[in-house]
Amino acid sequence: MPPKGRIIWVAGPAVRADGMMGAKMYETVYVGEERLIGEIIKLTGDIAFIQVYENTSGLKPGEPVIATGLPLSVALGPGMIGSVYDGVQRPLDRIAEVSKSGFIRRGIQVDPLPRDKKWHFTPTVKKGDEVGPNDIIGTVKETPLIETRIMVPPDAKPGKITDIAGEGEYTIEDVIATVETKEGKNELKLYHRWPVRRARPFKSRLNPEVPLITGQRVIDTFFPMAKGGTGCIPGAFGTGKTVTLHQLAKWSDAKVIFHIGCGERGNEESEVLTKFPELTDPATGRPLMERTVLIANTSNMPVAAREASIYTGVTMAEFYRDMGYDVLLVADSTSRWAEALREISGRLEEMPAEEGYPSYLASRLAEFYERAGRVNTLGKPPRVGSVTLVGAVSPPGGDFTEPVTTHTMRFIRTFWALDANLAYTRHYPAINWITSYSAYVETVSKWWHSDVSQEWLELRHEAYRLLQREEELLEIVRLLGPEALPDEEKLILDVARMIREGYLQQSAYDEVDAYCPPPKQVKLLRLFVKFHKLAEEALRRGVQLSSIRALPIIARMIRAKYEVRNDALHEIDELERSVEESFRKLATETPVSA
Amino acid sequence: MSRARQAAGVEYTSIAEVKGPLMVVQGVSGASYDELVEIETADGERRLGRVLEVGEGRALVQVFEGTQGLGIAGTKARFLGRTMEIGVSTDMLGRIFDGLGRPLDGLPEPLADEFRDINGDPINPARREYPSDFIQTGISAIDGMNSLVRGQKLPIFSGAGLPHNRLAAQIARQATVPGKEEEFAVIFAAVGVQNDEARFFRESLEESGAISRSTLFLNLADDPAIERIITPRIALTLAEYLAFKQGYHVLVITTDITNYCEALREISAAREEVPGRKGYPGYMYTDLASLYERAGRIKGLKGSLTQMPILSMPSDDITHPIPDLTGYITEGQIVLSRDLFRKGIYPPINVLMSLSRLMGPGIIAEKRTRADHGDVSNQLYAAYARAVQLRALAEIVGRSGLSEIDLRYLEFGDLFEQRFLRQGYDENRTLDQTLDIAWDILSALPESELTKIKAEHIQKHYRRKPS
Repeated sequence: MPPKGRIIWVAGPAVRADGMMGAKMYETVYVGEERLIGEIIKLTGDIAFIQVYENTSGLKPGEPVIATGLPLSVALGPGMIGSVYDGVQRPLDRIAEVSKSGFIRRGIQVDPLPRDKKWHFTPTVKKGDEVGPNDIIGTVKETPLIETRIMVPPDAKPGKITDIAGEGEYTIEDVIATVETKEGKNELKLYHRWPVRRARPFKSRLNPEVPLITGQRVIDTFFPMAKGGTGCIPGAFGTGKTVTLHQLAKWSDAKVIFHIGCGERGNEESEVLTKFPELTDPATGRPLMERTVLIANTSNMPVAAREASIYTGVTMAEFYRDMGYDVLLVADSTSRWAEALREISGRLEEMPAEEGYPSYLASRLAEFYERAGRVNTLGKPPRVGSVTLVGAVSPPGGDFTEPVTTHTMRFIRTFWALDANLAYTRHYPAINWITSYSAYVETVSKWWHSDVSQEWLELRHEAYRLLQREEELLEIVRLLGPEALPDEEKLILDVARMIREGYLQQSAYDEVDAYCPPPKQVKLLRLFVKFHKLAEEALRRGVQLSSIRALPIIARMIRAKYEVRNDALHEIDELERSVEESFRKLATETPVSA
Repeated sequence: MSRARQAAGVEYTSIAEVKGPLMVVQGVSGASYDELVEIETADGERRLGRVLEVGEGRALVQVFEGTQGLGIAGTKARFLGRTMEIGVSTDMLGRIFDGLGRPLDGLPEPLADEFRDINGDPINPARREYPSDFIQTGISAIDGMNSLVRGQKLPIFSGAGLPHNRLAAQIARQATVPGKEEEFAVIFAAVGVQNDEARFFRESLEESGAISRSTLFLNLADDPAIERIITPRIALTLAEYLAFKQGYHVLVITTDITNYCEALREISAAREEVPGRKGYPGYMYTDLASLYERAGRIKGLKGSLTQMPILSMPSDDITHPIPDLTGYITEGQIVLSRDLFRKGIYPPINVLMSLSRLMGPGIIAEKRTRADHGDVSNQLYAAYARAVQLRALAEIVGRSGLSEIDLRYLEFGDLFEQRFLRQGYDENRTLDQTLDIAWDILSALPESELTKIKAEHIQKHYRRKPS
């Protein structure tokens, strides 16, 4: 019998209750007469320290606290795709229906999954089959894009199927299979629960060697992400973190996308909700909402639920990974999550470490990012799934030496550093190509070479070399002016600028440019690298730099990213031939120098 | 107004401690978190406060009007059994109130249509309507490059002595949604500002005739500092009522958020909390969000709540926690520049550091503004940024060290500031006028430099010189 206690102290989201002997850490409790949801985060004698996931105004000492005996957990089953949840998996549209209001009132209890909706279940096992943890027993077509595979819970005992439902319509509460185990009968439904703070088990980890194609040139070509990899996007405000994350959520070639708005703007959530149903998946042509789950705990919603939202999201993501899918989870922003941690820690009167953050900030971040990975899942049939984690970081004042950024950098492999100076000139995505890095360049090159082009790595290195060289030359220009450089170096500045404008910059709002398929990325890059080679040769043969600069083809090359449609890539090949032709003409017009 | 409804509460005289803006009451039972407290000093003066922490027979109370003159003996605290509420009604338009919502204009208290908790409830993200109505402010730097949208929160980042009040007043006067005639209201919340600043706004609203659709809440520099925590919340509570109950399009101007944050810091210090950056509390982001996030639109409801908070950046430092945390919550920012101000340019908007996040394709696509709007804006940004870089370079290497094309950019930079940016306090430009000026000055650059503009728009608008 879980204990029943009484509130003795309230301060903001933090509540102390006595009479809680027998309660466990991270157990879910109901607080006060309105039964607000809370979680135990500290126990001293019979006093429990509780973080409350709802507004505590009006709560007073003496009100009851009821323990549930269960850790904070999520319901995993059909009905999640296309939903918008708060930080503790309450569907926000259901809250709006129940409260009949555009505002969130507290104390509203709603089910995370629709209870009355019937799903078409198709069994894949039969009576007498042996099943174990995570084995697939059937499927439900959740959306035209996602087939939800119904699995035996990972913590269930193995046994023999004694009863299995036939193909038909079932709600999540119907029993669809009975398993005879050594410890007795186990009834399975279309959903099961899993505690959010515990990673779901898997068989073994695989190397992250398949790139996550995002259609963003600076990411895929220069700083690629791998399926099952980890990355972060730090940047001062206004540098485009949110737009970049939205681009990832829209265009990545993952099967299921989780977008966690963690302490961010409400209007951004509504932007996702407005635009995603209109946008279509480039691979299937279906609305993007059919593969997306949103978790929205905006900055003015209770701070403790913001802390929980990250775990809620990653647990649901692991569930789809276990079905054998590639899942991308983007969290915007982990800094707000860390601040929630700091606020609760402050109320607990814990000794602070750097900048008031608790000393366990680093270990919490590590735990979160460790839940990424490409894995062989548990269960039959064998399958491979992945969870890719990308977190935005909002460093105060854009200072990357602050604790959340520095600790995050220890646990991620791809670092997309956003640069305020690029953003001020509207160079978007404002990913700084000098300070960013990706540990996956070599590992994903195999995929590019076999699936797209053998030249990928070479082109990337050559273009990257030009950009780095530009950085060095700009130092000289800053002191002496551009006219002090020899022509070959001026040419590098010119070509680097062309690469910046015609390749690195990419408009999220342009119909064509928003998504750049991998073959187009390679072709465009080859265009600029080739231009540099030909121009260099021309200079050597005595062609004036001014006549190269005056080539009308340059503006066409820069516009190619949006003027060449993604299904008309031969036009880039034609453009390349025009570039060659332009230089041939230049050469014939110029007398060969001695 | 908040006093209009007086509940009989439980009264205590057992004051244990008074420090800074806080007071500790002992032996309390039945008090709740966030409850409103009425305090009576020994000489009969009444003040308001609210419970910050309650438990073990002890309540920590924040006193809005300050603790000056409060004694351990003789002070009474009455717990009113409810959180702080304000009565709201449309009769409040055209009126002036103090920072706690009491009339300052000598007229009686307006009758309340309903009472609302001043903290409000968060708008359900799933019920938000994505803001998409372009507001024409008549100011080129905003309309052309940082469009304001109904339901947006767009702050002005300013510095001491810069003309942010003039700019805000001009926007309040000129803002319209082209093609729409609807009920609108302006709510002005003065938070710790000087008397003449408040007077400036009042007169500006009176001159334009907008005063009858405006409500002013004034917490002036010599009013109690802790009251500043309440003033913006009262203003926003009225704004929510007007927008989401009465269907008004409300613009809330709050000045100066820096004073608000200082009051927040004072309370945090008195509670002996672990401070975050520069002594401001670690929860300042969340607290500011509880103000700014009240902007928005709601599906199925007619009105909108647009916010334009003004803050002065201490020592013009945009990385200071107040502008920094604000920028992370708001949908962009309008940054004023001391350099442009010194050059005599009004409005001195530093467009490169300014941003409107809602200026996406949904707002500036053909159906709402003009087809070339987005491309022109991007090109202005890129070209002006290059001009600014070249200006710095020209100072070191001289103009002779620059190429022909670089010199054209320098020329563009000057045209941009003198013709596009600069405009009169009474000059109300339509969006077409703004974009026409943009094309005039972009045409100072060769056509081949305009790589951010689609060929069709160049064809239509680029001013070719007669050959």
